[in-house]
Amino acid sequence: MPTVNEGAERDERDGELGAGRVLRLVAGREIGTRLRSRAFQITTALFVVAIAASVLVTTAVGGSSAQRVGVTAVDGTQAAAIGAAARSLDADVEVRTYADAAAGRQAVLDGDIDALVLVAPAAAEVGAGGVGATGGGYRVVVDSDLGDSLTSVLTVAARQAALEGQISALGGDPATVGRAVASAGVAVTALRPQPERDAARLVLGLLAGGLIYISLLIFGPVVAQSVIEEKTSRVVELLLAVIRPWQLMAGKVVGIGVVALGQLVLIGVVGVGLGLATGELDIPAGVAVGSVALALLWYLVGFTMYALMFAAAGALVSRQEDAGGVTAPMIATILIPYVLGISVLPSSPDSGLILTLAIIPLFAPILMPMVIGIGSAAVWQVLLALALTLAWIAVLVWLAGRVYGNAVKRSGTRVALRDALRAA
Amino acid sequence: MGDGRLEVDAVSKRYGDVVALDALSFEVRAGELFGFVGSNGAGKTTAMRIILGVVTADAGQVRYDGAPLTLRTRRRIGYMPEERGLYPKMKVAEQLHYLAQLHGLGPAAARRAVARWTERLGVAARRDDEVQKLSLGNQQRVQLAAALVHDPVVLVLDEPFSGLDPVAVDVMSEVLRERRAAGVPVVFSSHQLDLVERLCDRVGIVRAGRMVACGPVDELRAGGGGRLVVDAPDAPAGWADGLAGVRVRGRDGSRTVLELGPGADDQAVLRAALASGPVREFHPRRPSLGELFRDVVRAGDDVVGAGDRVVGDGDDVVSDGDLVGADGE
Repeated sequence: MPTVNEGAERDERDGELGAGRVLRLVAGREIGTRLRSRAFQITTALFVVAIAASVLVTTAVGGSSAQRVGVTAVDGTQAAAIGAAARSLDADVEVRTYADAAAGRQAVLDGDIDALVLVAPAAAEVGAGGVGATGGGYRVVVDSDLGDSLTSVLTVAARQAALEGQISALGGDPATVGRAVASAGVAVTALRPQPERDAARLVLGLLAGGLIYISLLIFGPVVAQSVIEEKTSRVVELLLAVIRPWQLMAGKVVGIGVVALGQLVLIGVVGVGLGLATGELDIPAGVAVGSVALALLWYLVGFTMYALMFAAAGALVSRQEDAGGVTAPMIATILIPYVLGISVLPSSPDSGLILTLAIIPLFAPILMPMVIGIGSAAVWQVLLALALTLAWIAVLVWLAGRVYGNAVKRSGTRVALRDALRAA
Repeated sequence: MGDGRLEVDAVSKRYGDVVALDALSFEVRAGELFGFVGSNGAGKTTAMRIILGVVTADAGQVRYDGAPLTLRTRRRIGYMPEERGLYPKMKVAEQLHYLAQLHGLGPAAARRAVARWTERLGVAARRDDEVQKLSLGNQQRVQLAAALVHDPVVLVLDEPFSGLDPVAVDVMSEVLRERRAAGVPVVFSSHQLDLVERLCDRVGIVRAGRMVACGPVDELRAGGGGRLVVDAPDAPAGWADGLAGVRVRGRDGSRTVLELGPGADDQAVLRAALASGPVREFHPRRPSLGELFRDVVRAGDDVVGAGDRVVGDGDDVVSDGDLVGADGE
């Protein structure tokens, strides 16, 4: 070749551009464009804020974290009684002991404890009968008010104390009576027992499916838009003179996929991290992280599958206005499993319908993370769904590559899918 | 061969029943400016898209430097598509940097090339603006920069002058001449025939997918039918009708432009003019490229009338290429 060089140093490979470098360039451009897009920045911020807020608000309102009650050293025996009452009511109460009432009051004012319990001596001094003297009531000191669950716990504990006082007064042994009462219970025989379900896992499963659903719904159409933008602006003609259609399509899918996955990881880390830190997510950290990792794997598979379909669909039209028509089928296949999942699973987590649908490649990326999270999917079902989905992706690589390659150079009216598949 | 020539060899393309290119052949030598002219729909854009591999030819071959073009050698072609193509929301410098790298430049070399060409084409101040915020003229300059930024060894420009203001036309002409001087074969299409005539070493006129005339501008003009300009102020309209082998090609005030066919007698014309009164001017003139072009197109129409099976005469019958849509003019 003659040299017409006037200072532009070419790559030493001289136009020999490896597929890897082309993919990196295309994906890099896509990532840069998405990250700079105002819409992406805003939705990401909203997502993170929403997930953080929902965790924190649940903590503040629900208050499933331990409530603290103080007793004075004099009333030390009440600590066990309050603890037992809390257990019987399934409430999480921590009892602390203070030297005297003054120290306890200070602790209430400092917010160290929610309530200070004093066994009412007033009644005994007044001398209104044996009942008061044997420790009938509690005087509870709080900062401003006493929460419902603590009221119940303390009421039960106070009544128990009163009962024990009466038993002693009648000459019985409160401990013996207590044991007799405690051993009396209800023995339940379930003829068709349900495996025990953890509500937290159900929430986690639905949340994982929901996030995947939202992210697919956002970034799937972004792939189509990006393809159409290149067609509308005709820049695709400039690109296809130097790179192959599949390289352009693959680079786009990879680039947008990286951005979408990054957003999801960020949301997942913030959500699970806060959930574990606040104790709101009441499952072992290992299980939580495992669920998130599995959900991300399914997202990756699902995004690849849907992105290929969205890319091929986008290549069929030349104007953004026409995008809706060609992407509607994919939107529907994303919507259906989500709606079915969230409406069926909470009431019947073992639904055979959902488990069957979860094996179908188009639905698996949304339904599988849900049933895995809930814990109702067998390992073979998960592996079968994964294998089928990967096989479908392999088919799609060929199919979408062909449709995209044939259709992306044709602008003007919508290209019929049949023509795009056939045309050479 | 290694002579840096771009050869289009008997390239054919049809879309269904429509023949877009019918064994079209031409060559552009190193250091030559080749003008590609033809009516809309004649096949210019399809030919250029085939050179760039955006469209696959049904038959024929495009060679550069003696070897068929591949994706690799195409990276060294500078291309300006008829339908301008840039990312509207990408900044000028970023966009050029990206395109330069896709054409094989390393990141650092690409950066330097972007700086040099934006400077050279007068858009350096707009480097950090989105392309969509630029005026059409400036977008056109960026488009040219995109074709030049990777230091191409061949330039293929589809309608590079359309939509340019006179200053930009000068810049564009200068750059094309400069590339020619650097030994690059340059082919461009245009409807501005005076510009083609002024700039090009050789011209090819394409009609209905065929090259109907190809050669140096002077040679083509000499070969066309001679013109005769006669200024006879008192001559009535139609004074030259009925003279053997003479066609009236136009009137300009009192001047009449005549085309003399083979065997026509210019002295008979002079006598007829003098018979009408005084003759102020009487001189032969070679046809301009524009006149030549119209002759060729019209001759083609006659051929179609004679039954030759060709499609795509005139201005609007066949869309150029499969980009159905705006004609881009």
